[in-house]
Amino acid sequence: MSAFNDQQLVAFVYAEARMLDEQRFEDWLALFTDDGHYWMPLVPGQQDPRLHTSLLYEDKLLLRVRVERLAGARTFSQQPRSRCHHLLQQPMVEQADAAAGRYTLRTAFHYVETRLDTQTLFAGWATHELVVVDGALRIHQKRVDLVNCDAAFGNINLFM
Amino acid sequence: MSQYTGQPDAINALVRDTEVHKDVYIDQQVFELEMEHLFANTWVYVGHASQVPNKGDYYTTTVGTQPVVMVRHTDNTVKVLYNRCPHKGVKVAGEVCGNTGKFFRCPYHAWTFKTDGSLLSIPLKKGYENVGFEQCEASKGMAAVPAVQVYRDFVFCRLNPEGVSFEAYFGNSLSTIDNMVDRSPEGKLEIAGGVLRYMHHCNWKMLVDNQTDTCHPMVAHESSAGTAVRVWNEAPPGTPKPMAVELFAPFMSPYEFFENMGIRVWDNGHGHTGVADSIHAAYSPVPGYWEQMVAAYGEERAKQILGEVRHNTVYWPNIMIKGPIQTLRLFKPIAADRTLVESWTFRLVGAPDMLLERTLMYNRLVNAPTSVVGHDDLEMYERAQEGLHARGRDWVNVARLFDPAEHGQTDVATNGTNEWQMRNQFRAWAKYMTASMKEVQA
Repeated sequence: MSAFNDQQLVAFVYAEARMLDEQRFEDWLALFTDDGHYWMPLVPGQQDPRLHTSLLYEDKLLLRVRVERLAGARTFSQQPRSRCHHLLQQPMVEQADAAAGRYTLRTAFHYVETRLDTQTLFAGWATHELVVVDGALRIHQKRVDLVNCDAAFGNINLFM
Repeated sequence: MSQYTGQPDAINALVRDTEVHKDVYIDQQVFELEMEHLFANTWVYVGHASQVPNKGDYYTTTVGTQPVVMVRHTDNTVKVLYNRCPHKGVKVAGEVCGNTGKFFRCPYHAWTFKTDGSLLSIPLKKGYENVGFEQCEASKGMAAVPAVQVYRDFVFCRLNPEGVSFEAYFGNSLSTIDNMVDRSPEGKLEIAGGVLRYMHHCNWKMLVDNQTDTCHPMVAHESSAGTAVRVWNEAPPGTPKPMAVELFAPFMSPYEFFENMGIRVWDNGHGHTGVADSIHAAYSPVPGYWEQMVAAYGEERAKQILGEVRHNTVYWPNIMIKGPIQTLRLFKPIAADRTLVESWTFRLVGAPDMLLERTLMYNRLVNAPTSVVGHDDLEMYERAQEGLHARGRDWVNVARLFDPAEHGQTDVATNGTNEWQMRNQFRAWAKYMTASMKEVQA
């Protein structure tokens, strides 16, 4: 099992955000393990994604639907398309178990999504649970906690 | 003199047999008249009794645009009070929900009120002696909404003290609430799983219209449901069908499916899609549930309850209920071009958790601000809200399958793509807009 140092782990989180900003969604999807999840809780500190609803709790199949939908010709709410921008604080390595190949990072962020003349700012914390698969880092779960997760939102179209 | 205030004839002229004038969606004055008349003359959903199980429990919300607090009184009845201190106007209950004990205490000057609204105490009460305070409105405490009805734990109120009775207003439409409650082996529902709140820059009626619009899913939702079906078809043969695909796929059913599933139209703007069949009819059985239902109701009755697969039931003016997946959507009007959509979910008390899990997944996939289904609906509403300002055309069309003989008919099942239910809503709109409107001479 190859160990990853803090610098490599932090670089992974920065690279992931850049993929989203550059809308390289197929590359981004490939970062997730087959049993990976992208989770945006609905309430602060939410523990249960199953019997309490979330803004998003998507497995890889649902993420693939989202990514393919964004590329579709009849995705009317993306005509014209949205763009996004991540501003990340330095990711912090919260847990590192090199022997098991498991790492957890926490990253404070500001995220801007734009469409037409509207620009919307979101703020929160991302928690990456990373695992090593075939010598490479993969996302087992990305959890996005918005500071105002229980507010009423308009459309959130892309990925934070 | 404004164009519509005190002008019932002008209001009635906005609704034709097969067309509705754009002003019902875009005119702020019409919106304000809706709040004054429509949302005061009709029975409007407030909340669910399971949100206030114990004495002193309260929940703050709006009826139309009126701030109210629903509270469990000391005698165990549910009261609906206007959330406004009679002293200086402060909203007395500040949290979305909580327990206030035996009384409300205004945070500004510590006036207190019993949970039926009546004034309990005022600090330095002596200052109100011999000032004619008994004649002041404030001496009566917080105003209570006089007409409140709790039907199988669903709390409705009518803001106007006089008007149509609860039973006459809803009639047979209550059968959808009955069916949803009966789906619990214990005959009981609880609000569960959190509420999704989704802000829409459009008129509230666009959302209500959409609930029985069966000609849009295969068009507007091709990008989401259609993609889900396509992605699933690429899975290796023998892979078990995921719950999400089971929920998405029926959106892509052809027109014939929606025609055949039928629509039922009741009086006063209520109606539902999914008479004979629906997009909720073919979900996988949940282990253990059928046995619980048979034990509770007997096989014949259980079959009858679960065989009712109604799709969307509109309770006019502003909620929609899905019995088979225990969801309630509340379309809260804020302005002519602004609506807050709250999507609530229920636990069938005594039933397996997997039913709640499925309900929550459906709600998340379809009704969340992050929903790939909701995105395309909202896009259509917002484009319409802008497009309706165009001067080249003044009317919105609701003519599909119109028959002049439909006037006066109620409790009728018809073709599932009929826009009769939309026409039904607008006839109820005109009726309850003008029911309490005094004509003012121009």
